Amino acid sequence: MSTHTRNTGIPLDLGWVNDTHVNPSATQRRAETLKTRRSVKKDWQAAWLLRAITCIDLTTLAGDDTPGNVRRLAAKARQPVRQDILEALGVGDMNLTTGAVCVYHERVADALEVLEGTNIPVAAVSTGFPAGLSPFKQRIQEIKESVALGAKEIDIVITREHVLRGDWEALYNEVCEMRAACGEAHMKSILATGELGPLWNVAKASKVCMMAGSDFIKTSTGKESVNATLEFGLIMTRTIREYLAMTKFKVGFKPAGGIRSAKDAITWQVLMKEELGDEWLHNDLFRYGASSLLTDIERQLSHHVTGRYAAKHHMPMG
Amino acid sequence: MPTVKEIFETMEYSPAPESDNATQAWLDEHNRKFELFIDNQWQAPEEKYLEVSAPATGKKLADVADASAADVDKAVKAARKAFKTWSKTSGHQRARYLYAIARNIQKHARLFSVLESLDNGKPIRESRDLDIPLVARHFYYHAGWAQLMESEMSGYQPVGVVGQVIPWNFPLLMLAWKIAPALAMGNTVVIKPAPYTPLTAILFAQILQESGLPAGVVNVITGGDEAGASLTAHPDIDKVAFTGSTHVGGIIRQAIAGSGKKLSLELGGKSPFVVFEDADLDGAIEGIVDAIWFNQGQVCCAGSRLLVQENIAETFLENLRQRMSKLRVGDSLDKSIDIGAVVDPVQYQTIDKWVKAGINEGASIFQPDIPMPQDGCFYPPTLITEVSPSSIVVQEEIFGPVLVAMTFRTPAEAIELANNTRYGLAASIWSENINTALEVAHKVKAGSVWVNSTNLFDAASGFGGYRESGFGREGGKEGLYEYVRPSWQKRAQPKLDVETLDVKEWSAHVPPAPIAISNANGGFAPLDRTTKLYIGGKQARPDGNYSRPILSADGKEIGQVGDGNRKDIRNAVEAAHKARGWADRTPHNRAQILYYIAENLAIRADEFAQRLIDMTGCKKAEAAAEVQQSVERLFTYAAWSDKYGGTVQETTLRGIVIGYHDYLGVVGVACPDEAPLLAFVSLVAPAIARGNTVIAIPSEKYPLSATDFYQILETSDLPAGVVNIVTGKRDHLTKTLVEHDDVDAMWYFGSAEGSYFVEYLAAHNMKRTWVSYGEQRDWSNSEQGAGHEFLHHSVQVKNIWVPTGVT
Repeated sequence: MSTHTRNTGIPLDLGWVNDTHVNPSATQRRAETLKTRRSVKKDWQAAWLLRAITCIDLTTLAGDDTPGNVRRLAAKARQPVRQDILEALGVGDMNLTTGAVCVYHERVADALEVLEGTNIPVAAVSTGFPAGLSPFKQRIQEIKESVALGAKEIDIVITREHVLRGDWEALYNEVCEMRAACGEAHMKSILATGELGPLWNVAKASKVCMMAGSDFIKTSTGKESVNATLEFGLIMTRTIREYLAMTKFKVGFKPAGGIRSAKDAITWQVLMKEELGDEWLHNDLFRYGASSLLTDIERQLSHHVTGRYAAKHHMPMG
Repeated sequence: MPTVKEIFETMEYSPAPESDNATQAWLDEHNRKFELFIDNQWQAPEEKYLEVSAPATGKKLADVADASAADVDKAVKAARKAFKTWSKTSGHQRARYLYAIARNIQKHARLFSVLESLDNGKPIRESRDLDIPLVARHFYYHAGWAQLMESEMSGYQPVGVVGQVIPWNFPLLMLAWKIAPALAMGNTVVIKPAPYTPLTAILFAQILQESGLPAGVVNVITGGDEAGASLTAHPDIDKVAFTGSTHVGGIIRQAIAGSGKKLSLELGGKSPFVVFEDADLDGAIEGIVDAIWFNQGQVCCAGSRLLVQENIAETFLENLRQRMSKLRVGDSLDKSIDIGAVVDPVQYQTIDKWVKAGINEGASIFQPDIPMPQDGCFYPPTLITEVSPSSIVVQEEIFGPVLVAMTFRTPAEAIELANNTRYGLAASIWSENINTALEVAHKVKAGSVWVNSTNLFDAASGFGGYRESGFGREGGKEGLYEYVRPSWQKRAQPKLDVETLDVKEWSAHVPPAPIAISNANGGFAPLDRTTKLYIGGKQARPDGNYSRPILSADGKEIGQVGDGNRKDIRNAVEAAHKARGWADRTPHNRAQILYYIAENLAIRADEFAQRLIDMTGCKKAEAAAEVQQSVERLFTYAAWSDKYGGTVQETTLRGIVIGYHDYLGVVGVACPDEAPLLAFVSLVAPAIARGNTVIAIPSEKYPLSATDFYQILETSDLPAGVVNIVTGKRDHLTKTLVEHDDVDAMWYFGSAEGSYFVEYLAAHNMKRTWVSYGEQRDWSNSEQGAGHEFLHHSVQVKNIWVPTGVT
């Protein structure tokens, strides 16, 4: 796995924010052909899907989450694919796990309990997720408590108002404070792209969040009506590339919401490889926020091994 | 083979081959040997076959018939026979056939796309996602026009038998662009695919059989250049449609000059790709990938000339180089490639020759360090910098994956550089500023303009060029006019022995000497009236200082006119260019001036009628009628000044496509002797109504109505230089005009020989021509003297694609 210097952020550069030129229809055309320009088949498909599993933030973010279903999810993160399938693929010994388990603050302890002894981090969504409109002090406090509890990653939500009103300074200050509250924990900034209006706002918000020290920028909470589209992905990865050229800091990317099929997973990998390069196929710089994706990947791997299409109920539940 | 575990670490791509089982089986079924499709039958060629191979592997695919002149003749006869019934087949019936063809193409889409990629070398992604869907769309769209022809194309009839010659870069798509409108408008077809890539045309012929198309309506003859030449030269062809190089287009233009055959040419290009500082630069870079690395750059409208604003050039080109290093070159059936094989080793050599020429001129060449296939015909993506408009690689169409890049400072300079080319096929403009984007789109000389996009095509939007990129459109309603002629008009079939016509000898001219005044009666000497030329809004003495006597019907001299020469034409063309601001006048203003001209003519109706009587000896009532009709015609085109701007095209784009009726520029008009006033007005008025400026050569025999007319123009607020009148020997003046590289179109209403020479000489800069082939028309008849045809010839269609969307 690659290592890189953690993004410390830089002073807010409003010139860079305003120098944003995004053409939505051109972005859309690129997104459409990304899916058709590359095809990953056979052993390559299996290997790419295994890689994808290592990048999944296996997620449950529901009001009815209890210790029971969160423990089950965490167990699946430890053992994401049936061992016999892994053996057949020749990777039985690789200790495959997902990238993280992602839950609400109240469920962090449950997940940690199951993941003890592994390197799988627990990510907590935070700062009044998903709307991000609870009192600001409380939002900062929420981060601190999750970190104190042992969450190694914090998925914060930004105040969409700041984007929609073009108040980049407010957004910058907010994210800087959140980053400070995270301390050693890695911070993923959720832009809630589906709520930001025109596509260029996504680029501008991405820039501000990176300058404020985000380790990752993330598309969505999964609760907006439009989630992780490839267009959002293109815009965000391109700003990551620009930021890298400006600062040498590598910022990670996490699409979340609506990514359900193995095919989707590979399309996102193609996007990362094409727009940012191979380093962004590894889980220190790339995560999927997903829940049902893993099962579909497992079925695809089973099909690859057996040549038969697999049944969902043959895959252990997460 | 790497293990899963290894790939897990490297995360490399693998080859992802599309299976060609079905295609190979199809080839085998036919023993890899194909005959000619004539009269719905597969007929063996008279003489020989030619070999077809796959450029990605060099492997032979099949033998196909190489049609001889005798085979071509058979096919034309079959098409002629079929025309009798097909042209009478109802629009609805023709629509059903076209619809069936579209459906059947979709049903066999994968077979078509794999075959196309095998034969041509293009990536399967492109044939699968672009070529073949566009082919089906073209037939669906034109099924609609067949259905609507009766109402929407009333006043027009089919042309007859059409000979079509298509290129190898988009074999089936070019076939569709040719055949669909031809059939929709009731023509029958003989089509010759390119010798490198005939296979999908053969499969298409089978689709026609499956669709039940009547025998002879479409005939597919495979073969080489000779077959193409026999087809275009065949006397029983009524129209030639060609897509290919400007060089061959010129040969065809000359070969069929004077024959009365209609012609549409879709030729080469060196299309600008203009990137402004405020563009979506990542989007623009993807645009470049689609512009010049689409189909290995073997695209006539490829954005091959990158113009990037100087202040962002360095970063932009660096980003482009990085993007190039992600391109994948490989087998045409691999689903994971961006660039396939160029069509033939000959084409590879041509590309390489140009690139080497660039290196010799001191250009900087960048080719990314990416894996290239060992075998087959693959050229790496190439970026050439350190070049200027004077570099050979900037001027010439390379027709390969080679981009040349230059910089500009301002939008005005970008437009100037974009237009600094003999071509005018397409342009791609990148800016997030609507003012910049639309201004450049408006000013750039190109038939297709893509704003923040590139290489977009749709059946509803006509494709075709300005300047030496050819004339005529394919697609849209504008494309239909290439396959019809006015209902009143029979095809002219001039009996010319072109072997005896020598272009150098044409219209040699000795200025005339004075003649004795035959009506001297010893009284006052007649008051001398020698009219001058009218150039740049001024009455100008002819450069040669010679005059021509003009005689009345009974042989008496009734005046003299200037005997214009080459220099007068040159001066008139310059004046016409100075007056190009005319096109920027509002249409309302142009209309007002035409009304004003009509008003001033009406005031002097009697005088103009008397002049007609004096010159032609016509009856008073006839003369009065001609003047009256001239006034009416001025009203007609005043009316059309602001009602022929174009249409919004209903394409598949999310956004707006504007089919804009652009002016041609400077138009030469040689007027006929019949109806000396009315014909002059009928030709000049539509041209200027649509924003052109004109050099008119009035009737050689009866020029005085036109020279009287400049007094009308002078009093009607017409800006200087919009209409220039040069009297003299018509053909002599026409020759200079048609040879003038800065004249955009030449209309000639004169002899059959003159028509031949005009078409022949126009090939030099591919100016558009409209000639009479020595036939006369009834100028007083509103169909013949003022039909839609006149507007059609006064404009060229520019399609501006403006995608929209904010998310």
